Parts: sequence; C-alpha cells; structure tokens
Amino acid sequence: MDIQTWTWGIVGFTFTLYIGIAIWSRASSTGEFYVAGKGVHPIANGLATAADWMSAASFISMAGLISFSGYDGSVYLMGWTGGYVLLALLLAPYLRKFGKFTVPDFIGDRYYSDVARVVAVVCALIISFTYVAGQMRGVGLVFSRFLEVNINTGVIIGMFIVLFYAVLGGMKGITYTQVAQYCVLIFAFMVPAIFISIQMTGNPIPQLGFGSSTDGVYLLDKLDGLHRELGFHEYTSGNKSKIDMFFITGALMVGTAGLPHVIVRFFTVKKVSDARKSAGWALLFIAILYTTAPAIAVFARINMIETVSNKKYTELPNWFSNWEKTGLISFDDKNNDGLIQYVADTSVNELTIDKDIMVLANPEIAYLPNWVIALVAAGGLAAALSTAAGLLLVISASISHDIIKKIVNPKISEKGELVAARLSAVIAVIIAGWFGINPPGFVAATVALAFGLAAASFFPAIVLGIFHKRMNKEGAIAGMVVGMVLMLYYMMRFKFDWFGGGTKDDWWFGVSPEGFGTFAMLVNFVVSLIIASFTPKPPKEVQEIVDNIRIPLGANEAQIH
Amino acid sequence: MDKQYQKKYWKNNLKYLTILLLIWFLVSYVFGIILVDTLNKIKIGGFKLGFWFAQQGSIYVFVILIFVYIKLMNKLDKKYNLEE
Repeated sequence: MDIQTWTWGIVGFTFTLYIGIAIWSRASSTGEFYVAGKGVHPIANGLATAADWMSAASFISMAGLISFSGYDGSVYLMGWTGGYVLLALLLAPYLRKFGKFTVPDFIGDRYYSDVARVVAVVCALIISFTYVAGQMRGVGLVFSRFLEVNINTGVIIGMFIVLFYAVLGGMKGITYTQVAQYCVLIFAFMVPAIFISIQMTGNPIPQLGFGSSTDGVYLLDKLDGLHRELGFHEYTSGNKSKIDMFFITGALMVGTAGLPHVIVRFFTVKKVSDARKSAGWALLFIAILYTTAPAIAVFARINMIETVSNKKYTELPNWFSNWEKTGLISFDDKNNDGLIQYVADTSVNELTIDKDIMVLANPEIAYLPNWVIALVAAGGLAAALSTAAGLLLVISASISHDIIKKIVNPKISEKGELVAARLSAVIAVIIAGWFGINPPGFVAATVALAFGLAAASFFPAIVLGIFHKRMNKEGAIAGMVVGMVLMLYYMMRFKFDWFGGGTKDDWWFGVSPEGFGTFAMLVNFVVSLIIASFTPKPPKEVQEIVDNIRIPLGANEAQIH
Repeated sequence: MDKQYQKKYWKNNLKYLTILLLIWFLVSYVFGIILVDTLNKIKIGGFKLGFWFAQQGSIYVFVILIFVYIKLMNKLDKKYNLEE
C-alpha cells in the first residue's frame, strides 16, 4: 500500500477513536466541563498531562531544532522537563487543595481582588492564544504534506475535530481523548526511533544508541567530525553564551510551571497526594519522548548530511523532491556543478532545510516502511490536537467562568454557564483556526513570549501566594503588571524592532528575548516583596486560606464552595 | 487542628523542598551548563559527560526527584495524620 492510503487509514482510525471517546465521556455539569468532575485517576491524568503538554512543537519541531543546534538545543530538553519538578514540588498539590476551577480563580481569591483576577485572565488569554495558533498550523502542515490536501483545508478539518470533542466533552472528554492521543503519539515517535537506532547502531534503545558506535567510531564523534568538515560548530559543544543558556533554560522551566493549561490538569484529580503522583507520572511519560528526541536529532543529522552532502541533485531519493514541493527544502545550485554543497558558509551553501521537517522526513530518509511514515503523521496530529484542545478549554473557562460567572453576572445558572462555556469554546476554535490559516509572521517569536509571560506573571504570584503568607494584593498585582510589561517591552523591542529596536549587542546582560522571562520573573519577585512589605497585611480569612492549602487533609470539602 | 503541629509539618516539607531543589539545580544548571566544559573531558561510552547531563541525565534525575518527593510526602502525611 502507498503512503497516502496508509495515512488516511491510520489518521481516520485515530480520529474515529477520539470522537468515540468524546461521545462516551461528554460533560453534563460545569464541574465536569472545567475539571472533569475531579475524579481522574493519577496515571490517567499523567498520560493526559503529557499529551496536553507535548505539542506540535515537541513532536514535530524539537528534535529538528536540536538536530540543527546540537548542544545548544539542551535548553529545550532541560527547560521543558525541569518545569515539572517545580510543578510537583511548588504548585500542583497546593492548587489542588485550594480546589477551584482555574488559575485566575486562585489569583482572584488569594489576593482578594477582582483586579488581580482580571490581570490573571488577560495573561491566561494571551498565553493560550499565542500557543494555540501554532498548533493549528501544525495540523495544517501534517495534512498538506501527507494527505496532499491544501494546508487550509487541513486546518479546517482539524478545527472540526477539536470543536467536536472539546465542546461536547469539556475537560472530561479532553482528558480521555488525551490519554488515547498520548498512546498514539508516543508509539508514533518511538517506532521510527527504534528502527533507525537498530539500523545505525544495532542498539534497539535510542537513548543508548546515540552513545554507541558505528563501524568502530562513536556516533557523536563522527558527527562532530562531519560538522568540523562542513564548517559548522561542533555538535556536542555550543554556540550560545553560558549566561544565555542559563536564562533560557530558566525561562522555559518556570514558564512550563506557569502555563495555565498545564496547571489546570492538576485540578482534575481526587486528592492532594494524587496531584503529586500525577505530576510524577506526567514527567515520566514526557521523559520517554524527551530523552528519545536528542537521539533522533543525532541520527537524523548524520543521515541527512550523508544523503545530501556532495551528492548529485538528480540522483537524490524521492523524499527530497516531495519536500521540495512544500517549499520546506530548497536547493540553489550556485556553482552549477549539479552537486549539493551543504556547508556553514552561507555564500557557498546551496541547501536550505526547514527544521520542522526533520522528524516528519526522518522515516523516509531512513527508508522505513510506508506504515511507519503514516504513523508519524497520525502522531503529529495527535500532539497538535491534544494541546490545542487543552488550550481551548483554558480560553473558554477564562471567559465563561472567570469573566462571566465571577465578574459580569455572578447569578448565572449552572446551565447558563455551561452554555456560555461551550459557546466560548466554539468562538475560540474559530479564532484559533483563523490564526492557523493566516499565521501571523511572529508565531515563532510568540511561543517564546508565551513562556516568558507565564514565567513573568503567574509563577511568582502563585508561589508567593502559597509560600509567603504576608504577600498581599498590592504586591502581587504590582509584581504581575511589572513582570508582564517588562517582558512585552523586551520582546517587542528585540523581536519586532519597536521602541528603537536593537541588536544582540544591546541585550541586557547578554540575555536573549527567549531567556528574558527569567529576568522578568526575578523582577516580579523583587517588586512583589518590596511593595508588600509596606502595604497592609492580607485579611485574616486569606491567611487562613494559606494555612489551609498547606495541608493535604480535606481537599474534597474544599470543592463544594 | 493544632497550629504548632501544622507548622512542624510545613517546616519538614520545606526542608524536603530545599534539598530536592538543590539537586534539581545541580544536575541541570551546574552539570549541564556551568561546568559542562569541565565535565565534557570525561567520557562515558560515546557520551561526553557534560553533554550527557544536558541532554539525558538531568531528565532522568528530574523524574526520580518527583517520585522521591511523592514517597517522602506520603510518609510525612501519614506521620502527621494528614492523609486523606
């Protein structure tokens, strides 16, 4: 069977599965819609969190990014996993004990202020919308390459699927579809990795494979050698400055811990100890992919260089011309010798490859069977759809719960709120789809922004809310606003060239916009603590809330407010 | 519930957090970034050690840290009768 038939078959099967699960687990109350009725098993929640978290970026782009940047790519590996340690130790158990529906709920109640709540809602919406646009684009990309439909048609098909199960099932439907999506995506990621690891090193475990040898030479040494030959920096050593590595890793870790769609997953379990457990399971399931990705990066890099470097253009395998059609690979024969020069020097280099295609093209480059290639397409879709659904839920809960129920119309009935939640989910899907079809040029920049904002706004406010009883609304609001404004300013100045723009040399302390979240977070902490120290203490009831969330006992009474 | 009693539980929790977060910092920021060049002089199989910590080792340690914390806290909850 050819790739297309396989792809339609596997993608069709997985989509039917997701819809079936959604019908079986549809939500009938706001509690079920927002937090799956708080009855999810910790392992199921771990699986769902892993799928929720691993987006099109993790599945499609990350290994490619590492493949092209080598050691520098470590910031993504450490940053996007280390955040779970912060979540498990500093946030998840306490937020679960607090026992409401959303992150702005916590901020609004802990800081006894609707201003704080609104600031939190604005942060949640900006973060979620920037993130979701990228997911819909990922869906379109997979469809256009593997099923040869127009990229926009792909986005629209994706919108309908997400719409169906997010609107019908709410958090409950999303949770169980995410469990299925994790299984699809991890299988799709591991099968080609294992195949290629055996092919190249004889070791079936990719994590060990990329440290083994081929024909008596260690794979990594061979790659370092190839890189030196072509003029790139050594694969296992980096280009970035240490301080920038440090700050980027920090921003990604803290940003991960502050992302509302991840945090809200820990509201769905039964008790506090389950919140800790599900963070552990989530990281374990994530680690399977994250420790495999650097292995794939190395395999793909070597395969790619060996396939194309100094080869005749006319004799390249089929995958090359397939990807050329999508515009993601391009060859410009500058010296007209018919050979491909792939080198670091841009004036001589003749080949440009989009980083995003490494994972998708990898099975083809390694001549794996057609069903494996189709499986990768289904995995990419699972990763993009599961994250999109989680984000859409945050958006709809922010609107129907945090804004409508808590601020505009507190008297709204349970039924009315559920209708509002579903309607806002529909609107959110349409906006996300619009972004997917007309991607703003700054999508890549805004993902860094989403992390930076989460780090600069939510993380300090939540951590101080739990660990510093004296923290009051004045301190928290000032901290969030200053952190957010600083982050936006830096991003706009250095990414969009506003406020006078600037180059690398103008970066503060040599920190790139991607790493600036760490800096803005530190400023948030300092501002919050200083302002709080000379403004009134929080009221007694609030101090009691803090005492109460610090002990695990009684988490189930807390939800009946 | 007795406030003093709760305070002791919280202090104990903070002690665990401090120790575990120090290890978290050590394996990623110290081994993976600050000392990476020194550690890269040591090779285990095909891996330079600093590179391995940055792309593999730190992640394994993160997973272990969370499961250790789960164990410690379950014990602590039991000791203070705060289990659900």
